[in-house]
Amino acid sequence: MISVRKLTKRFGDQEILRGIDLEVAERDVVAIIGPSGSGKSTVLRCLNFLEAPTSGEIFIAGERLGYEDDGRGGQRRRREADLNRQRAEIGMVFQQFNLWPHRTVLENIIEAPILVRRQPPDAAIAIARALLEKVGLLAKQDAYPSTLSGGQQQRVAIARSLAMQPRMLLLDEVTSALDPETIREVLDVIKALAVEGMTMLLVTHEMAFAREVAHRIVFMDEGRILEEAPPAEFFSRPQHARAKAFLDKVL
Amino acid sequence: MNGFDTNVILEWAPLLFEGLLVTIAFTLGSLVLGLLIGLLVAVAGMSRHFLLRLAARAYVDAIRGTPLLLQLFILYYGLPAAGIKLTAPVAGILGLGINAGAYLAEIFRAGIEAVPRPHVQAARSLGMSSRQTLVRIQLPQAIALVLPPMANEMISLVKSTSLISTISIGELLRSGQIAVSITFAPLEIYLVVAALYLALNLLLSSLVRHLEMRTGSRGRSEANRTLQDVGV
Ligand SMILES: Nc1ncnc2c1ncn2[C@@H]1O[C@H](COP(=O)(O)OP(=O)(O)OP(=O)(O)O)[C@@H](O)[C@H]1O
Ligand SMILES: [Mg+2]
Repeated sequence: MISVRKLTKRFGDQEILRGIDLEVAERDVVAIIGPSGSGKSTVLRCLNFLEAPTSGEIFIAGERLGYEDDGRGGQRRRREADLNRQRAEIGMVFQQFNLWPHRTVLENIIEAPILVRRQPPDAAIAIARALLEKVGLLAKQDAYPSTLSGGQQQRVAIARSLAMQPRMLLLDEVTSALDPETIREVLDVIKALAVEGMTMLLVTHEMAFAREVAHRIVFMDEGRILEEAPPAEFFSRPQHARAKAFLDKVL
Repeated sequence: MNGFDTNVILEWAPLLFEGLLVTIAFTLGSLVLGLLIGLLVAVAGMSRHFLLRLAARAYVDAIRGTPLLLQLFILYYGLPAAGIKLTAPVAGILGLGINAGAYLAEIFRAGIEAVPRPHVQAARSLGMSSRQTLVRIQLPQAIALVLPPMANEMISLVKSTSLISTISIGELLRSGQIAVSITFAPLEIYLVVAALYLALNLLLSSLVRHLEMRTGSRGRSEANRTLQDVGV
């Protein structure tokens, strides 16, 4: 589904990503963990082309993200419309939910399907209501985001991403901004998605959750992937010294 | 002519009222023009293209750095020398609109930039284009933020219309001057003129406050920022 090759990213003279190679297959659930500042969010943002990679290649279902053949053996940046189409295929859920405050819950969800996918409003609303039902918030469809709890806002944000029927979902510490009592309701939604076979790449500080839902753990440090293993193996026998030190600190 | 003569006011009320209507017409005309210019220049100022940004910057700096009166003189007295002859009303509307546009552009730009980046990124990550994001996500939220500084700008515009009396447009101040030159009752006439400006501005600001309350209950409280925070 997603294939990342030798991805690097610089901000100024700081090299934040130093050659990331990563494969995520269809229906895979992969958790990225690692210390703060190791570049986890930057990887996700590159996968959605919110940041343009400095070098390296990203393929989504075999299609190069952000660039295309220029017909002369080279590569050129895709046109804006083409890039937007690629972005629409990858859902992204943020730590701070980022719902639009001037739109109701339902309006938040139907906005992009109507504007980008050109769905008829009736169809978009029907899909949105089904998704709200799924995340347990149908009763809140006409509420404004500010009247919802953090956990509720995050579930709406997940529904908003799903409404675009993306090929995969990127989730960046989606429970980090939540009160402890609402974390579980969001994790349950993600778990249900994993069971349904949604392809997901998630960055998380919730080790227990990573162990529970992920098929694979990717450990990042200083812009590199140091270790990649199934959770059972990674959490009981981390190979890399940095991974050991990290687990000692967080577990 | 001793004391305060109320008869003179009644006698000249029709002319002053006519002047008031002209002032209102020029305010509205230049406001529409200013809003249009302001929005275009604000968007140009945030463009990917360097030249557009430069042009927007130069426009705002040039207009804000020179007196409005001088701008009006250039349009009305200066341009004919270059073969462009504008009538007084056209020069008046253009001058006021171009001037207000520069100030409004800065207000709009600050308002659009005050919409939190993450709201924009959420839209882009869903595949919305930069234009769709501007129109559907940034502008609606920016409007709630820019209403208060916009109200200031409108009040200032009402007062600025008095300057077009210098290019012989019979707006409110000029009507007052005519009345005074005939009646020699400057206190009475000018106080009435002042009261009319004040009334017009109070009406305008209460209108804006009404709008603010309607938009503010949603967008604003949640954007959690005011334009003061971003330096307007
Ligand atoms: N737009 C940017 N400009 C400059 N530096 C940036 C930018 N975005 C991220 N960085 C830097 O890149 C580094 C990695 O950031 P990133 O957010 O990817 O880390 P992270 O692993 O997600 O950390 P955390 O666990 O704290 O979220 C940080 O040092 C950060 O300061
Ligand atoms: Mg992060």
